[in-house]
Amino acid sequence: METVIFTIYALAACGGAIAVMVSQNVVRMAFWLVISLGSVAGLFFLLHADFLGATQLLIYVGGTVVLLIFGVMLTASGPMLTIRSGPGEVVLGGLVGLAVLGMLVFGMLSVDWESQQTRMYSAAAEEGRGERSMGYNPEGEGNTARRLGAALLGVRFDRDLGRNSETLSTGYLLPFEIVSVHLLVVLVGASYLARTKRRRPNPLEESLES
Amino acid sequence: MSDVGLTPYLIVAAVLFVCGIVCMATKRNAIGVLMGVELVLNGANLNLIAFSRYGQLGFDGQAIAMFVIVLAAAEAAVALAIVLNFYNNHLTVDVDQARQLNS
Repeated sequence: METVIFTIYALAACGGAIAVMVSQNVVRMAFWLVISLGSVAGLFFLLHADFLGATQLLIYVGGTVVLLIFGVMLTASGPMLTIRSGPGEVVLGGLVGLAVLGMLVFGMLSVDWESQQTRMYSAAAEEGRGERSMGYNPEGEGNTARRLGAALLGVRFDRDLGRNSETLSTGYLLPFEIVSVHLLVVLVGASYLARTKRRRPNPLEESLES
Repeated sequence: MSDVGLTPYLIVAAVLFVCGIVCMATKRNAIGVLMGVELVLNGANLNLIAFSRYGQLGFDGQAIAMFVIVLAAAEAAVALAIVLNFYNNHLTVDVDQARQLNS
């Protein structure tokens, strides 16, 4: 069952991405981008990252793509809707893309992930770190919102609680603060950049006219 | 309920990544380039979450993926503002026209 759902979502994600790459019309590219990002959110749900899947749907599909579509609407006027790239560029880009894809797939197929994983588990067991810090504890699977929020506030439920460890992990409080200030600065800067510039009346001309 | 495993997720992420790279390289529309960036970041996110489920990354992967999502939103906002400014000045969104620094 999981394999069937994974196949559907994976085909939709890859097909959407390829259609974004192939399509020449900007509006169609935005539509295929929505399909691809939504299927990636489905893959997140399959990976038991439910909060991140919801975040992906809200921020990416609901926010970023709507922003891009606004950009398309503000800039697409007639000939701008389909700007074709030259055939030489397309062929060269396709070749480079195929080469990179081949390299990536070859690299990840040549690593034996299963034995790697068991070796990591055994090494962690020797160090005294229990099964709880590895991946997920099964009873907490799919319930990530509370632990993610706690990790952003500096408390790691999956590391700290339940064991008398000497080292407390610090969580993500500092990156969280940095990212929030960064987001504020970015939004102020974006609205400053995109404002409509009013032409200031030249005081010299006015004094000359009067 | 059978488990999918790590490798299929990695292959999907690689396809997304490469599509984004080719999109960034070949599109002449600036907004198309932005969509390529979004695809690349999504591929990286999928990798992070797949390793957090099947690898040793644990919960850190999800936290980092959330930061990536937030930074991608910020990047899209700033880049779109720059594109709008470019359109106001040059009346086009063709990135090949941005060659004022080219002597």
